[in-house]
Amino acid sequence: MKLQMATRLGLYAALELARDPGRQLSATDLSERFAVSTNHLAKVLRELGRAGLVEAERGAGGGYRFTGNPRRTTLMDIVALFEEKPGDRASEPGDGTDIGRALGRVLSEVDEIAEATLRSVTLETLLKHARR
Amino acid sequence: MAVEKRDQGRRPGLRRKPAPAPAQPREGAAIRVRNVATADLPAIIDLDRRLTGTAKPDYWKAGLAPQADRFFLVAETADDSFAGFAIGEIRAWEFGSPPAGWVFAIQVDPDLRQGGIGTALFDGLCARFRAKGIGLVRTMVDRRDHLILSFFRAQGLTAGPSLELEMEIKP
Repeated sequence: MKLQMATRLGLYAALELARDPGRQLSATDLSERFAVSTNHLAKVLRELGRAGLVEAERGAGGGYRFTGNPRRTTLMDIVALFEEKPGDRASEPGDGTDIGRALGRVLSEVDEIAEATLRSVTLETLLKHARR
Repeated sequence: MAVEKRDQGRRPGLRRKPAPAPAQPREGAAIRVRNVATADLPAIIDLDRRLTGTAKPDYWKAGLAPQADRFFLVAETADDSFAGFAIGEIRAWEFGSPPAGWVFAIQVDPDLRQGGIGTALFDGLCARFRAKGIGLVRTMVDRRDHLILSFFRAQGLTAGPSLELEMEIKP
């Protein structure tokens, strides 16, 4: 499964901040940790903020902190902010044919399994297993 | 027998905000896990009916009959209140699978969730499997049931090598 860069950054940032919800990290701190563009990460953090998952504190010592619930927030909650819903594909030539419909059913099966997997892993679960 | 299905058909909107924090958890409250007794039957039937919407008294009554390598456990809170149950069984060579401990059901009183009861039941089954020399635990979950999927993920289970396949046939 290929994720867009923004999605990966969203996952990295949310997970890193959720490790310790009391800690604040700047976009620069996070971008250095994952060796990515600060500008790109700042856009991703704004999207996480709009979703209520992080909050920005201004001023000296300010930064982002995690404000979601790591036991309830799943990987899918983050992925859905940046990717199309699995299965939400634009209509393509051939979709209406018998082969196109049969192929569509197979691809839907793949999408359903991917969504179920992402929706079943909470941030807390992933962090717990990352520490092992 | 299937793992409890509590969330079927729920497909939350993708851009929803994460759910608020759950009610105050009861982490640390004493939970006792023991083997099932006949006297537990009414509570088991009632909990299953509340969770699934279907009463299955005969099914659960039959499930109480002792069977080799099968474990039917009940969880109680500190005041001896019934809190949930779990069933596991060691099965071997079905679908080519070497011996494994299968978790067939885990049900927890909805009013007592987030308190470690499901984990205590799961751990209880794993301990009994281990005591029988079993080193692998498996279950099967409806992929639309994100709640129970999340529970098993949190215990450390990941996707196994098998895929369940099915097909409708006309009787």
